[in-house]
Amino acid sequence: MIAVQHVSKHYGHHRALDDVTFHVKKGEILAFLGPNGAGKTTTMRILTCFMPQSEGSATVAGFDCLDQPTDVKRHLGYLPEIPPLYPELTVDEYLTFVGRLKRLTPQRLASRTSHVIDQVGLGHVHHRVIGHLSKGFRQRVGLAQALIHDPPVLILDEPTVGLDPKQIIEIRELIKSLAGSHTIILSTHILPEAMAICDRVVIIHEGRIVAEDAPDRLSSRLRRSEKMSLTVKQPQPDWLERLGTLPGVLNVLPAATPNTCTVDCELGKDLREKLSQFVVSRGYGLLELKPLSLSLEEVFLQLTHQEEDAGPGEFDHHDSSEQPPA
Amino acid sequence: MTPFQTILAKELRCFFVSPILYVVGAVFLFISGLIAHLMTVNAGQQAVRFLQVQNTYAQLNLNELVFRSLFYSLDFVLMFLLPILTMRLFAEERKLHTFELLLTSPVGINELISAKYMSVLVIYLGLLSLTSLTPIILSLYASFHWHPILTGYVALAFQGGLFLACGLLASATTENQVVAAFLSFGMILLIWLLGGLGSLLGDTTIGTVLSYLSFTEHYDRLVRGLLEAKDIVYYLSGIVLMLFIAHRVVDSHRWS
Repeated sequence: MIAVQHVSKHYGHHRALDDVTFHVKKGEILAFLGPNGAGKTTTMRILTCFMPQSEGSATVAGFDCLDQPTDVKRHLGYLPEIPPLYPELTVDEYLTFVGRLKRLTPQRLASRTSHVIDQVGLGHVHHRVIGHLSKGFRQRVGLAQALIHDPPVLILDEPTVGLDPKQIIEIRELIKSLAGSHTIILSTHILPEAMAICDRVVIIHEGRIVAEDAPDRLSSRLRRSEKMSLTVKQPQPDWLERLGTLPGVLNVLPAATPNTCTVDCELGKDLREKLSQFVVSRGYGLLELKPLSLSLEEVFLQLTHQEEDAGPGEFDHHDSSEQPPA
Repeated sequence: MTPFQTILAKELRCFFVSPILYVVGAVFLFISGLIAHLMTVNAGQQAVRFLQVQNTYAQLNLNELVFRSLFYSLDFVLMFLLPILTMRLFAEERKLHTFELLLTSPVGINELISAKYMSVLVIYLGLLSLTSLTPIILSLYASFHWHPILTGYVALAFQGGLFLACGLLASATTENQVVAAFLSFGMILLIWLLGGLGSLLGDTTIGTVLSYLSFTEHYDRLVRGLLEAKDIVYYLSGIVLMLFIAHRVVDSHRWS
């Protein structure tokens, strides 16, 4: 549905995007993740034909963004980072205006307007002037604007920013409910959001894609060892060294409290049973043993930092099949 | 509805809910009414003086005494007021980020610019038509030639149209409305002063070209009742040029 091939964008000497390639299948939700200034908005602006790319090609719904911008614009709904609203219009007037801009017929416009008003929960404010609405409602009007012509492709730039937790959950539920019938790209720097609603995550940093995979697989593929957190009741002075002698254990690190430690085990081996037997047989008093998985935050920090340390290329794997399964 | 009609309707709607239109309209109508009143009183005093000196009713030339001065004064008022009317056209869209909505909708930049220009033109012509009360009321009490008044209104319509096109271009270059207003005021002033520079240089080639580029001589001819194609061509080409540059400016935002 969306294909981006080797797209670059320069602003003078500054490279905002550098050889970005990714695809989104029909009905999929893709999250664009990255620190501020990474190139998320630039990519979205290229896909929405707001600005042309410097190199490469981008197609949306089978239409080229450079050659057939009108067709592309007809097939997508776009919610920019700041919702494009006219404060002096009422919600109804505004949605009618956008619907007409998107070339809806009068009959279709009436039914679509009432439908999206229900869909995004604007029922009791639809006659109010947008300038008097709260931030949460404005965000919803912005979303309604993107949905008004029922486009097959939705591009949402930070759709939940500035909302309260309840509204965030509602908007996420709404976006999830749109998947399947719509192809969605959303950008965010809130990692749990990407975890919660997306099928696939693209992590972008300084204009380059540094990782692309399903959220849960991203954390597993970056692990070089299985990590366990171990808490005991009565640690002996040399218990860390003794743990380190167990076969399969790579490293033992002391944690925040003296009776807790982190055990690094070889990848693919589950040492929980051996560890527990060992601890119990030595009389340390086993309190807790749990596997640690990298949160998406850690994955993200690791990727964006190692990228800087290791130089380009090391994490530039777009093909998830290279990686061991989770 | 076509995108042109949609944007035009929305622009007009935004004008009628914003205070700018009412302030500009009130000031324009008040000043034009006041000037018409002063000119008429002045003409009346001259009639009385004629009566005292010559003891006869002299046929006063109201076209000369009232309307020509009125048209020249209004021209000056428009230079200040019309930039206020046009300053929000594009500057506001950029400030509100609705520019992104317009440019990511299936709407051409041509339609966008022509609809926005048409909206201010409709507003301006509406205001201008209200000033026609002055000749209509005056015609009940005095006689004068209608022809120069009609060409005077044609002159005001074209003059205003040119100022509005300058204002639209200025608004497209910035997201600050105050900057847009001053920029269009500066542009109008510059075009005006070209005429002064041209007459200073006299009959040289550069002088003639500069005088042609300024609206002064074209406006002058129309107000004096001469309806000539070259003046109409001047105004139309000026408007088209300004709108064309505005088109390039709007388009160039996408590339920066």
